[in-house]
This record gives sequence, structure tokens and C-alpha cells, in this order.
Amino acid sequence: MTHISTPGAGLKLRGLVKRYGGTAAVEHVDLDVASGEFLTLLGPSGSGKTTTLSMVAGFTEPTDGSVVIDGQEITKVPPHKRGLGMVFQNYSLFSHLSVRENVEFPLRQRKVAKAERTRRAMEALELVELQGRAEAKPSQLSGGQQQRVALARALVFNPRLLLMDEPFGALDRALRERLQIELRRLHHELGITVVFVTHDQEEALTLSDRIAVFNEGRIEQIGTPRELYEKPASLFVARFIGESNAFTGQVSQGTFVSNAGVRIPTTAPDGASVAIVRPERVQVLDPAVTATQSGLEGRVNDVTYLGAQHRIEVNTDDGPVIIRSDTRLPLAERGARIALSWEATDAAIFPVQEQPIETSNPWTATLAQSTSS
Amino acid sequence: MNESTRVRLPIKLWVGVAALLLVAPTLIVVPLSFTNKRSFSFPIEGWSLQWYEHFFTNDRWIGSLISSLWIAVVVGVIATVLGTLAALGLRGLRSRLSGVAQVVMLLPILIPGIVAAIAIFGMYLRWGLSGSPLGIIVAHTTLALPFVLIPVSTALRGFDDTITRAAAVLGAGPVARFLQVQLPILLPGIATGFVFAFVTSLDEVVISYFLQSPTLRTLPVQMYGSVTVETDPSIAAASTLLLVLSTIIILIPRLAQVVNERRAANRRGDSE
Repeated sequence: MTHISTPGAGLKLRGLVKRYGGTAAVEHVDLDVASGEFLTLLGPSGSGKTTTLSMVAGFTEPTDGSVVIDGQEITKVPPHKRGLGMVFQNYSLFSHLSVRENVEFPLRQRKVAKAERTRRAMEALELVELQGRAEAKPSQLSGGQQQRVALARALVFNPRLLLMDEPFGALDRALRERLQIELRRLHHELGITVVFVTHDQEEALTLSDRIAVFNEGRIEQIGTPRELYEKPASLFVARFIGESNAFTGQVSQGTFVSNAGVRIPTTAPDGASVAIVRPERVQVLDPAVTATQSGLEGRVNDVTYLGAQHRIEVNTDDGPVIIRSDTRLPLAERGARIALSWEATDAAIFPVQEQPIETSNPWTATLAQSTSS
Repeated sequence: MNESTRVRLPIKLWVGVAALLLVAPTLIVVPLSFTNKRSFSFPIEGWSLQWYEHFFTNDRWIGSLISSLWIAVVVGVIATVLGTLAALGLRGLRSRLSGVAQVVMLLPILIPGIVAAIAIFGMYLRWGLSGSPLGIIVAHTTLALPFVLIPVSTALRGFDDTITRAAAVLGAGPVARFLQVQLPILLPGIATGFVFAFVTSLDEVVISYFLQSPTLRTLPVQMYGSVTVETDPSIAAASTLLLVLSTIIILIPRLAQVVNERRAANRRGDSE
């Protein structure tokens, strides 16, 4: 690869606020992105992640706060002077230009000589394996190819920060996964800093070094995918990332008691609370043999074989519970009565205000959140 | 492809008849212009080019053709620039304001030509614009504006703003964004607008009739004068020329498109 890899830029957002009329789209966002890092802004639609990206790009002027790239404040700099690469959800290729001319566009703006321009454009197209379609018009390419052209166009001038706004949102699943792998490879090869926006938590987990989870204009939590999954800082994060079982109940004097009487020791403060347990942390026990720690029993409603795991749905007094268990373990029969157990440390307990969260069907609830946008 | 081959014969015939009915009255002047008689008689008994010769050697005819052409070009250019700017501006306005502004600019289509002509004539007498090319150009531009506004607005409606954003973030300043991205994408709509503006001015009779002077007559006015004063087949020659001219102008964008597609197809052939 002849590409000179320039180290990625560092990005700092300080107290970023955007209000439209009275309503705040983004409310006090602080964020540090390290050089070469792949950071994802994750959240449901309307959570402020796209507005935040738009302020980094310079399309939206912040009501308050600052955007700093490599120590330089650029809050008031217009987008064409920021030198950023950007990829949009709808590709945004110039339909009147050929693929090569599209990729040459940023170089043309930078007054690069014709021969050099073409050479570098072809090099960038090679990077996304589209050098053979250089003279085609964008409309002659498939969606995935168009997005790769957009990526080449965003990278051709060696920007140090790449912004991506739901770039794979319009593509089908298989293609999306292929492009995700390609993007990871490019990120490793080029050492560029990437800020990526998505509402798809799976995509965020796959791609990111770190994820900032947005909710109602604020960042709920920033951390590595593992931290977010294993140590969610709030109920919102716990429910938004990954599959989870939720039990509503009360904490009093160091013990959480669910509506059906499941007890979990905790350090959480007293009051109405929700306990979250990941499906793979729930163990299946034979009720005849073991008295369970949690005291929860149920009847197996459905068992799905998923290769490495079984996905078991159990109806309990606390509502349906999902279990993911190793397929090497003996299989629970449909209709069988089983006992459920987990380590107290595998349950995360969060206080809830006013609105109790309905636990009737935790998996459709998490699904609905991660797919709606 | 399949759809069109399945169209049955009766439908084809019906389309043919309808097209003929629409075009026949216009086409009848074409053979008439080649008659060797001094009157409009049909069928033609003998052929001659004398009326074309007369047209091109008579100062009044050739003068009016030249007036018509240069006025139409100027009107086309002014209306295209103003109409395009208006369409861009309307887009930036708040929706209610933009609706009102759009209707106001489309009014010239709705007002009967004779009413507009009398009103303009009255104002021009006061301003001293009657009989001047400037007067006709201004009046025609007003008439032609909607014909630019409509196609350019339509082209803009299909224009995605993130394209401009993409251009901006990739380093294009406001001028480069307009010239290198917006304008080329809107060009087909703008070209259509120019053609319609040109033809609108070229064909306009009523206002031009009111605003004529002995030294300034557009071709349609000259034709109208000729048909009421003298019955001379020169008018058939003039009609034929006007017909051919309008048709060519209207076909130019379509031809350009075909040529472009050919070229693109060739290029595709080369790259594969």
C-alpha cells in the first residue's frame, strides 16, 4: 500500500449545546476522541447523535460550546475549511460526474494538478476495490459500490478525521456486514480517526473502539463495547445494548425483591428499581435437585438451537425470561419446569423514577428500541 | 420494451389520427409556401420558391425576423437567469411566503394576453417605452418567467441538499458548490426553461402588436399585418420558417440528451 498513513486527528467537544427554539437537540455534550480512535455515537433517533456530528462537520452552528480538532478551535469555521472526510447515509455522490471525477472532487477543490489528481483518485478507488468502474456514472453502480465510492472520495485527500453518518443504514444485512469488515480494515491500515453515527447497537459493537451512548440530547455513557455491555451505567444503556432480562421490584435494606419475590443482594439505594440480567448469565437448574439462589422458577416456552448456543424462553412469575445456554449442556425440554439462577454480581440494579418500565416482554422491548429509527 | 410491443394496432391507429388532427392544420402551410400562385389555393398547381425569395429580399420581412430573433434571445437569457434565481430563492423562503410568491410569479400565465397587452400599453405610453425594443423585452420577460420557474423548481424539488453538504465538507466553497455541483445538476431544467422562454417570446403576437412601431416589428406582428392588408403567400413562407425554428429549438435539449447517452454508452463499452 502506497498510502502514507498520517496519524489521525484528536477531537474534543466541550459543553456542546444545540437548541432549536426552546427544545434542546443536544444538551451539554463533552467528548474526547483520541488520535486514531474509532468512536461511535450510538442512540435512538432524535437522541442528538446526528446533530452532534453535524456540529463537528460544521453544518450546524452550536448554540453553545466548542469543537476543537488537534488543539485548534474550529467552532465557527465553515465546513469547506475544516478538511474533514465525510460519508453520508444516502451516498451523496455527484450524479453528473463519473466515479473517478467524484473521487477527484476534493482534490480539485484543493487545486491538485490533473495528472496527480487522477493518480490519487485511482489509488483511492483501488483501496475500495473499484478501480475497474472508474469511468462509470454513480447511477450505474449498486448501493454498496456507491457507498464505497463515497468512502474513497472521503479518504482521497488524506483527511485526519473521518465522519460517517449512518453510512450502511440503506444497505441490506449481508452487504452491511461486508462493508463493516472493509471499514475496520481501512481504519487499521490508515490510522485515521473515525467518528461514526448509528442507531444499530450491533454495528456499534462490531466496529468501535469506544461507544458514546446518546439519550435525549445527552451522553449516557462512554466506554468500550465490553464496558457498556458488562457494566452499563444506566438502565437506558443496559436495555439499549445487547439483549437483557429486566425484573421490576423494590430495593430495601440492601436487598432487591422483584414483584414475584426474587431476591438479589445489592448496594443500590432503597426504592423502586429494575434488575437487569444478561441472558447468557442465567443458569438452568433442575428444581428437584437444587434450591435456587434467586428463587425463580418457570416453564420452558420455546427452545431455539443457534449453533453455539441455545436460546430458551421461559415463562416465570416475573414475566418471560430469555436464557442463552451452551449447547453442550443438557437441553431443557419444551414445557419442562426449570429453576433459574445467576450470580448476584451478574445482576445490575438501577433505580427507576415515576414511570415503571413494563417487563411483560423484555426482548421485544429491546428489539423495538434497537431497530426503531 | 415488452409493454410497447404489446400495444395493439387499434390503439396505434387512434394515436396516429389524434396526432394528425393536432398537427395537420399547422402543416398545411408548408406546401402552401411553395406555391407559384399569388394566392392561397389548394391543392397546389405549380411549385416555386419565389415566396421564400420574396421573404429574404424584402426588408420588412427579413427585418422583422431579425428583430424577433434577437429579442427572443435576450428575453431567453434574462428570463432564464431571473427564473433560476427566483426558483433558488423560493426554495429558501418559509413555506407560506414561498407559496404566495410562486403564485404571483405564475400570474402572467393566467392573465388573458389581451388584458395584459392593454395594461402594458397604457403604462408604456406614460413611460415612453412603447415602440422600443426594451419595452417588448421587459414585457416578454414577464410572460416568459413562469416557463423558466416551473422546470427549474421541478428540478430543484428532486435536488438533495446533502449533495451540497457533501460538496462543502469535501472542500468546495459557496461559489464552487454552485458552479460545480448545483448548476450542472439543475442544467437540464434550466435549459428547458431557456427554450420555453425563447419560444414564448418568438411566438408572442398580442403585446408585440400593441407595442410595435414602424421601425420595430416582430415576425408574428409582421405576419398578422400581412394577412390583414395583403394576401400574399409570403406569410406561408414565414409561418413555415417560424414552425421549423420553434421545432428545432424545442428539440435541442432532447437531442443533446440523446447524444450524451450515446457518449456514455460508448464510454461504458470502452471500460468493460
